[in-house]
Amino acid sequence: MATVEARRVSKQFGDVRAVDGVDLSTREGEFLVLLGPSGCGKTTLLRMIAGLERPTGGEILIGGQVVNDLPPRARRIAMVFQSYALYPHMSVFRNIAFPLKAAGMPRAEIPQKVEWAAALFGIERLLERKPRQLSGGERQRVALARAVVREPAVFLLDEPLSNLDAKLRASARDELQQFQRRIGTTTIYVTHDQVEAMGLGDRIAVMEGGRVRQIGTPAEVYDEPADTFVAGFLGSPPTNLVEAADVLVGFRPEHFLPREAHTDGGNLTTLPFHITRVEYLGADRILYGALEGRFEGARVVARLATTVEAKVQAGRTQDFAVRARELKFFDKVTGLRTTARVP
Amino acid sequence: MAAPAVRRWGLRAGHLGIVGLFTVFTAFPFYWMLITTFKRETDLLKRANNPFVYNEPPTLENVRILFEETLYGRWLANTLFVGLLVVVITLLLSLPAGYALARLTGRWGERLGIGIFLTYLVPPTLLFIPMARVIGDLGLQDSLWSLVLVYPSFTVPFCTWLLMGFFKAIPPDLEEAAMIDGHSRLGAFVRVVVPISVAGILTVVIFTLTLVMQEFVYALTFITAARNFTVSVGVPTFLVHGDVYFWGSLMAGAFISSVPIAILYNLFVDRFIAGFTVGAVK
Ligand SMILES: Nc1ncnc2c1ncn2[C@@H]1O[C@H](COP(=O)(O)OP(=O)(O)OP(=O)(O)O)[C@@H](O)[C@H]1O
Ligand SMILES: [Mg+2]
Repeated sequence: MATVEARRVSKQFGDVRAVDGVDLSTREGEFLVLLGPSGCGKTTLLRMIAGLERPTGGEILIGGQVVNDLPPRARRIAMVFQSYALYPHMSVFRNIAFPLKAAGMPRAEIPQKVEWAAALFGIERLLERKPRQLSGGERQRVALARAVVREPAVFLLDEPLSNLDAKLRASARDELQQFQRRIGTTTIYVTHDQVEAMGLGDRIAVMEGGRVRQIGTPAEVYDEPADTFVAGFLGSPPTNLVEAADVLVGFRPEHFLPREAHTDGGNLTTLPFHITRVEYLGADRILYGALEGRFEGARVVARLATTVEAKVQAGRTQDFAVRARELKFFDKVTGLRTTARVP
Repeated sequence: MAAPAVRRWGLRAGHLGIVGLFTVFTAFPFYWMLITTFKRETDLLKRANNPFVYNEPPTLENVRILFEETLYGRWLANTLFVGLLVVVITLLLSLPAGYALARLTGRWGERLGIGIFLTYLVPPTLLFIPMARVIGDLGLQDSLWSLVLVYPSFTVPFCTWLLMGFFKAIPPDLEEAAMIDGHSRLGAFVRVVVPISVAGILTVVIFTLTLVMQEFVYALTFITAARNFTVSVGVPTFLVHGDVYFWGSLMAGAFISSVPIAILYNLFVDRFIAGFTVGAVK
């Protein structure tokens, strides 16, 4: 077991700053997700932790030791690549045995260990096959088995589920999490899929433009976004942002409901909403439109669970409302969260 | 109703016709060498004879001359000796060079790769003059070692370039996975990259052997003693006297030395083709 820490780590590719002064530290046995849009530097950060890429600045620590000068093989890590990177010329058995042989494990002990790892992922039947004879889901399991077999101190996973179809992805996600809980190895998981991140992570580090914008539990980053980027990136549809005097006001579409649907009363902020389009998605209705009155013309979106029985209709203006405590305020210039209130 | 069937048969006949034509075209030299090998001198020289068949009973005389009155066996051994050494040298140099060009040199890799390929295009007929000086200074005149030294100058560039294409087609993830799984870069290269590139390595071996067997200019320039000749020099030197050609023995020599290469090609033909088309399609 070990923790991973990044201290002001950056990486420059020519004039591209892929990672820009990232500070990050995992807890013991934690499942940490790096989440961010394409090109924000997630993979680069992960590869620096793995030792495949050299940081141009800062320090990386694994288990409290600075590893900047250690090659990947000396870092006690295992990594699962997006492509799985199974060795195509070796059987599944030899793929899983590969790290053991490299570590110089006595020949006699290898089969037992390989079978243990294969059993963890239910792939005992596949040991004789070559990678090209496996389905995407099976390959992913082989890659995971190869990663755990050596019992590394840290797991690094780079979008390991992105090649699977939606249904398989859901079950693989579930398996992955159960497995991580069971062996309790510190894990860093890269994804650009927010559903995956919310579902898997103990904590999520939201990245953008090479920086970590916020790090926190799924509930923290969703409910208390640190800036407009995080507010806009998480949630679908994303947070509504409305300009008001010197601040931006944000509220989630699912908190923006017809006034009469707020049955528990409380402190409501009422906003007249002109609905232009209604999308029926089964469990939800998504309403597109613009505010009227004080915030004339600001485009916003509302999401009504189908269980909310309010009547809504495209082309009409209705009174919608948000509870005051669901309003988040952001600085107009920096985009950072502020406590300022609308006068 | 019948039209599609006719069309299909027409297509098939067309395919077979084309394949047949090429087969005849490529097999004909072998056929010609083979029958000439066993023909009597008189059969060969009589103009009225049909040249495609035996007009007189076949004979082993030509083969006897080749093996007993020339040093053909010795030449074969020389060729093999030079060929194998050149293969080893070529692999030792072009494997790391191709890998470095494919992975490690960044933007310059591409230009260097092209540069290396260009050197392959400089013809031996230009190079043998300066090479002769080098060989002379090294005191390797009339030694097979001169060929062992010179041949890599054209096999290495081509094979480096060929292997570079191969290595580029291997996803870097694989080596990185091997490095994380406990190997150094060299270890990853030996255990993962090389086994995946067998097709490329085989291509290099066959290609190098072929080049060595057919090379003429250097072998003629650097070697003077008959016992040090390679097949490609020995056979024409000893079986052509002025304008007298010992056709039977000449063809026997050519046939015997080309058959092993032909067999080698055929054994690995699939991989060989993969070698030349690698990276052509994503
Ligand atoms: N080897 C490289 N050379 C030059 N630029 C690179 C290199 N690797 C990455 N970059 C750049 O660094 C930035 C971050 O890339 P990175 O692969 O880390 O993004 P990512 O967050 O993993 O994106 P994705 O979700 O698409 O995988 C990108 O702008 C990319 O173009
Ligand atoms: Mg990536």
